[in-house]
Amino acid sequence: MKARRGTAPTSYFWLLITGAYFFVPLLATFLFSLKSNQTGKCCTAASYTWVLHQGDFWHTLKISLLLALETIVISLLIFVPTIYWVHLKVPRLRPVVAFLALIPFVVPPIVMVVGLLDVYRGTPSWFYAQPWGFLAAAYVILAFPYMFFSLDAGFRSIDVHTLTEASQSLGASWPTTLVKVILPNIRSAALAASFLTLAIVMGEFTIANLSAFSTFPRFIQAVNEAQAYPAAALTLMSFALTWGAMLSLLLVGRKRGTRAAVLTGAR
Amino acid sequence: MAYLELQNLHREFAGGVKALDGIEVQLGQGEFLSLLGPSGCGKTTALRLVAGFDRPDEGRIVIDGKDITNVAPSKRDMGMVFQAYSLFPNMSAAQNVEFGLKIRGKHKGERASRVGELLELVGLGHAGDRYPHQLSGGMQQRVALARALAIEPRVLLLDEPLSALDAKVRVQLREEIRRIQLELGITTLYVTHDQEEALAVSDQVAVMNRGRIEQIGPPAEMYSRPATPFVAEFIGTMNRLEATIADPDSGTVEHGGVSLTVDAARGRRRGERVLVLIRPETVELTPADGSGGENTLSGEVIAQTFLGPVTRLKVVGPAADLIADVSTAKAATLPIGMKVTAALPATDARVLELSDPVAERAPELDPVGQ
Ligand SMILES: Nc1ncnc2c1ncn2[C@@H]1O[C@H](COP(=O)(O)OP(=O)(O)O)[C@@H](O)[C@H]1O
Ligand SMILES: [Mg+2]
Repeated sequence: MKARRGTAPTSYFWLLITGAYFFVPLLATFLFSLKSNQTGKCCTAASYTWVLHQGDFWHTLKISLLLALETIVISLLIFVPTIYWVHLKVPRLRPVVAFLALIPFVVPPIVMVVGLLDVYRGTPSWFYAQPWGFLAAAYVILAFPYMFFSLDAGFRSIDVHTLTEASQSLGASWPTTLVKVILPNIRSAALAASFLTLAIVMGEFTIANLSAFSTFPRFIQAVNEAQAYPAAALTLMSFALTWGAMLSLLLVGRKRGTRAAVLTGAR
Repeated sequence: MAYLELQNLHREFAGGVKALDGIEVQLGQGEFLSLLGPSGCGKTTALRLVAGFDRPDEGRIVIDGKDITNVAPSKRDMGMVFQAYSLFPNMSAAQNVEFGLKIRGKHKGERASRVGELLELVGLGHAGDRYPHQLSGGMQQRVALARALAIEPRVLLLDEPLSALDAKVRVQLREEIRRIQLELGITTLYVTHDQEEALAVSDQVAVMNRGRIEQIGPPAEMYSRPATPFVAEFIGTMNRLEATIADPDSGTVEHGGVSLTVDAARGRRRGERVLVLIRPETVELTPADGSGGENTLSGEVIAQTFLGPVTRLKVVGPAADLIADVSTAKAATLPIGMKVTAALPATDARVLELSDPVAERAPELDPVGQ
């Protein structure tokens, strides 16, 4: 980036264009959502109250939020130590892992879910028949690329070797080193990875639909097919919800390490 | 009795790089030893073996009579100071110093007072709350030193701790490291490629070359009695004359058609090829008067480098090129282009067997370096 004092007029122009690109659809959706279901006229909040009175709204929302949380926790538990280890001990394997991380990108979800359903057929029903089992496992795989590339960037921004060796020479064990020294310094990367994972889980439709678990995106789809104005209201609400969830993640992640997160980028 | 012993350490990396090829070091308690050598000679590898970050293929590391070769680094009680960027970025200076004490389960009050003492010791009593990115490079290294000392390590290990700092801070900080080391009486292993630094702070200097120690001894001895041509060139600047022993009884050697008398050549085998080493400060220059006295070479001054109280002159002649350090006042009388006579000292010159002249040359020698 070029560091310049003041902002050139052209950059305001582009900012405006970009802003419009994002906000015009939101605004249009908002106006649409205010129309009355009976008369098609403006302005009523009836669509919003309708959504809020749907039992499925609350039910599927809860499932999806919990699923997102579970996916984030499992992914961090698996990928943080793994990527740490790769950076520290087998940096030669980094490109291999990076390649593996690309696979969920290139395999279409529809192909993946068919494969997964097949592979896991015959596993116990507490896993196969539950969103907490099968679906979470699938979402961990979907989240892998986002986890890997965020965390990888985080690990590359710190001197993993020196920090680890400094910690060990001071008497710290591996777990202590990971939790007290490494983790706080890749916190912002872990947060970014968590945001992306949350967004994926809150929006994933294909796998949930084909494996027949009732998640929030499926509820949106169901409403979409039946009710035009409430669907618009629901879209906006899910948008706000996802942002709200990200914000709370940010707050949780920052609670102890506000300065740390800022510092990591500053070195 | 030796407190820290490195016995016959060997370490070969994948690809056949022999980083260490039989390292032997004995270090008494409270002694300060520098491992000195050009980049790539295996200094860091040796230090990492002592810290436990790497294991030798062969050999042992013994501390206070106990073999620690296979002990985990976290159990060795070694204080390590790295080249740079070793402070934990998420912790303040005080928290960095406190880290090792927390690991050791020390009580809060004890930790706080110890951290205070140590920051005071390294001259950062006022900066405990600052984070690494708010500290200068020199300050960061002070904190790293305090952090390493906090655990009361058995040995303090420093791997080129000053190489990322500017010259002035470097000199200041090396003196402080030495002061603190003497004050605490802590056994110290110090790695550097800077011979001036090594000579300035150490009790013992070990000059390394290609995974081996060429010579080990007190700084003054290393300077005045280098045992190999490599050491001679690495420590200070030397004039090297390849010569043949002409008369072992009188100590006469022949170099480029000129006969020179060198005391140290006495008793050598007639006809033996030797290397005569002469410090630049022992060469006497006078304006040429055509006489060509005893033990002299002739030449022309082609360069002058001002080094403060002395000026280094480069003299090129038919028989040999020489470097001579003369007082700056005298250098004014020997301008570039002047024909001079260089008198070589019979007593101060060293004579070494000439084995492999090309390979023995120190790789990074700056002709005017100090
Ligand atoms: N982990 C490693 N893998 C392969 N070769 C290494 C490794 N560490 C050091 N070396 C090689 O060993 C030699 C000595 O390295 P090092 O001890 O770092 O030298 P110094 O610290 O004296 O500059 C060098 O040739 C270096 O390339
Ligand atoms: Mg090194």
